[in-house]
Amino acid sequence: MKVKEIIRILDARLLCGEDQLDYTVEMAFASDLMSDVLTQNNDHVLLITGLANMQTIRTAEMSDINCIVFARNKKATPEMVELAEESDIVLIECRYSLFKTCGLLYQAGVKPIF
Amino acid sequence: MSETITEEYSVTGGDFSRAGYASSQIKKILKRMDVDKAIIKRTVVAAYEGEVNIVAHAWSGKIEFQMDEEQIRIILDDEGPGIEDIEKAMQEGYSTATSAIREMGFGAGMGLPNMKKNADHMHIESEPGKGTKVEIRMERMVRE
Repeated sequence: MKVKEIIRILDARLLCGEDQLDYTVEMAFASDLMSDVLTQNNDHVLLITGLANMQTIRTAEMSDINCIVFARNKKATPEMVELAEESDIVLIECRYSLFKTCGLLYQAGVKPIF
Repeated sequence: MSETITEEYSVTGGDFSRAGYASSQIKKILKRMDVDKAIIKRTVVAAYEGEVNIVAHAWSGKIEFQMDEEQIRIILDDEGPGIEDIEKAMQEGYSTATSAIREMGFGAGMGLPNMKKNADHMHIESEPGKGTKVEIRMERMVRE
């Protein structure tokens, strides 16, 4: 699924990564625990999380995750956006709960990593 | 082509806003040196887990990075409370993390086990009350 479709399905807001609207993710992982995110070893995974801090961006950077959706109306700070831009990570803010966010994307064909 | 690269980064205990800076710099070097992608990911995940451990538990520390044609070595050396029982600390789920660490998305007792999983070799030495030294080594030969 392309970034632009994720934004449409979630009625979400793109914070950075305007040049990557056609970037495609096949699988997603949802967690607020970065320790769990760091144990997954798939490529091109979408991270759906309610944890919005600098470590979310760092964790994505180390895990080769190129796209993050912040669910339940969590907001990214300007520092987070700056760090994401440096690492070419797409950031999306969404007001739906983590459950609804996952449900909508799953329904639309995004696969779980396990 | 017998180039050896060495770098050293200092890490401040408790400074979560900067946690990951050293690992990020290491990732940039590995990418620039055209290291295999899967090896880069295992290396930087292990380095980052170790860096977060220093920020979360220690007072201060340094991360040494060394790379030659055959190996990547990262030594995470901190001054801090040390680890009382290394065997216990290596068990998944065992944690001494504070709520501040958990709020950052860590502290589930998975850092050291995940470092071991990603590294080709890992060695820990610790003296309670003084500090901890973790060495991870990666072979640059691609795993079949």
